[in-house]
Amino acid sequence: MADEVILKVENLTKRFGGIIAVDQVSFELKQGEFLGLIGPNGSGKTTLINLITGFVKPTSGRIYYRNMEITHCPPYQIACLGIARSFQMVRAFHKIPAYKNLIVPLYSPRVRKLSGGKYGERDDMAIDLLDDFGFERDSFVPYKPAGSLPHGYLKRLDLARCMALRPELLILDELFSGMTMSEVSATLPLIEKFNREGLTIIMVEHRLKELFRVANRVIVLNFGRKIADGPPREAMSQKEVQRAYLGTETEG
Amino acid sequence: MAEAIKYRKERIDRGIKARSDTIYMLSSYRELLYILFPRVLPISFLLLSPIFIGGGYWGKVIFYSCTFALLALSWDLLASVGLISLGQALFFGVGSYVAGGFNFYFKWPLFLTIPLATFGGALICTFLLVPVLRLRGVYFSMVTLILPLLFDHLIETLEILGGTHGLLSLSPFPSHWMAVYIAVVSVILCLFGFRRLLHEDYGFVLRGIREDDRVVMAGGINIYWYKAQTIFIAAMVGCFAGALMTHYYQFVGRSAFALDNTILPLAGVVLGGSGNFAGSVLGTFILVPLSEALRALGGLRMALYSLILIIALATLPEGIFHYLERKYHQFERMVSI
Ligand SMILES: Nc1ncnc2c1ncn2[C@@H]1O[C@H](COP(=O)(O)OP(=O)(O)OP(=O)(O)O)[C@@H](O)[C@H]1O
Ligand SMILES: [Mg+2]
Repeated sequence: MADEVILKVENLTKRFGGIIAVDQVSFELKQGEFLGLIGPNGSGKTTLINLITGFVKPTSGRIYYRNMEITHCPPYQIACLGIARSFQMVRAFHKIPAYKNLIVPLYSPRVRKLSGGKYGERDDMAIDLLDDFGFERDSFVPYKPAGSLPHGYLKRLDLARCMALRPELLILDELFSGMTMSEVSATLPLIEKFNREGLTIIMVEHRLKELFRVANRVIVLNFGRKIADGPPREAMSQKEVQRAYLGTETEG
Repeated sequence: MAEAIKYRKERIDRGIKARSDTIYMLSSYRELLYILFPRVLPISFLLLSPIFIGGGYWGKVIFYSCTFALLALSWDLLASVGLISLGQALFFGVGSYVAGGFNFYFKWPLFLTIPLATFGGALICTFLLVPVLRLRGVYFSMVTLILPLLFDHLIETLEILGGTHGLLSLSPFPSHWMAVYIAVVSVILCLFGFRRLLHEDYGFVLRGIREDDRVVMAGGINIYWYKAQTIFIAAMVGCFAGALMTHYYQFVGRSAFALDNTILPLAGVVLGGSGNFAGSVLGTFILVPLSEALRALGGLRMALYSLILIIALATLPEGIFHYLERKYHQFERMVSI
């Protein structure tokens, strides 16, 4: 069922007062796709993610996940369906040891149903998972309070938290912002591997070079509207996209 | 070449803890003692103090201290999920009146009214607070502050449940000792039970909700369900304290909803230090006897009491327990290199 539509967004609109953050956006996403979501600052990428994951309710439009309408579901239900998201601004439980940060998704109804796990076992699951993201199990890093870790670690902790949920759709909001070059080149292959193994991914990213190495499709937003949708090279060569990225409306 | 150094100082705490706070590696009898001492000390203090102090006036003070310690523990549990209660009097009052009412009107014995007040009272409180769970921070606190006042006025103006006179001559405990030991054992169970709970996976979900509820939601967990459960547990403890006090006094009146029952436990938590439950118990066991001792001073009592509280907070803003804990973890020993 490689071609199954996993996510369908229909005429999605979100207004904040006078601002239209997302304007009549529609698209379909197939199982296994790797979608890059790009656009200038303030073009509505984060808002679109918040709408899909239930953190913000749309002004109008509908969202379907595997043919089930999720437009009005609360965030935790959407997460339990298998849609995991990271946050653009780093969010973590700062006073809690890094590995204990993963207890929350591991304790969710979704993961408990999928893999069980008793007290103590979840600790091992968390340590195993973090090991894959550069928190070496034999070091002190996984046991330190999250708040004491550098930015790049927190970003990867956020990714690990998403993966702990055993997602079927992974949505990453500028995961690479603030990461060092070496952290990016260590993380990128992991994400690529998840996608090869069948995980559907939506990735918001300003680092286009890295994004285009992995994404096989991009959607470009500008002022909340979808202005391009297709393979990276084609989408980027469109006039409107180039204008949006140059930031001017008039042609030179 | 200088003489080789054979020993170095090491904090005992560092040597025992294997990376994380909950995993210990004990290798000697003395290390076991180091771990056990802080646990055995409060338990033996709580269990033995009623015997040494006996019945009488100070025996009563031990009992009060226990009921306020229960209210303080209940407060600290709510705080652990990020709910700041200004209405411990709500739990206390509802528990008091459920126990008192069933005893007065239906003549139910206290071994039925107390469990009924604990569960039934907690259900009532939870239903009252669930609609405002979505309120954040100070707005939730305001509602908890108002509810006990509301009950107080209802009882006064509608003249229900004894009105301004209260319900008198309720069943007493068979003996002072029974009341005190039920209270003391409950404090011990709650103290260690809650500390344990917060180290379980369940507890880490609660702490997560306090730190960042959006991350918890993104982790597939219904934060309102967990907050409601926490309110239920905290309300059980508070209602139980109220029911105990009702039967101890053989009386329940509007004073059960009084602001004192909110302020005193809260002051205890602040003095002892929040977030670890031990501070709550320590704080109330200092404050309640202190305020009783100052009773002899008459009008000056409140002034002196406030002064002591302010000085304590200014010198130890983190709370007494955190200070003691830090010092205890700094104990050192010599280890060979
Ligand atoms: N909660 C909110 N209230 C009011 N306006 C909002 C809110 N959230 C977003 N906006 C506005 O909606 C528009 C889209 O913002 P959004 O954060 O979705 O952009 P973005 O594409 O993610 O930008 P960036 O690349 O900077 O992250 C902006 O103009 C922003 O100011
Ligand atoms: Mg954004």
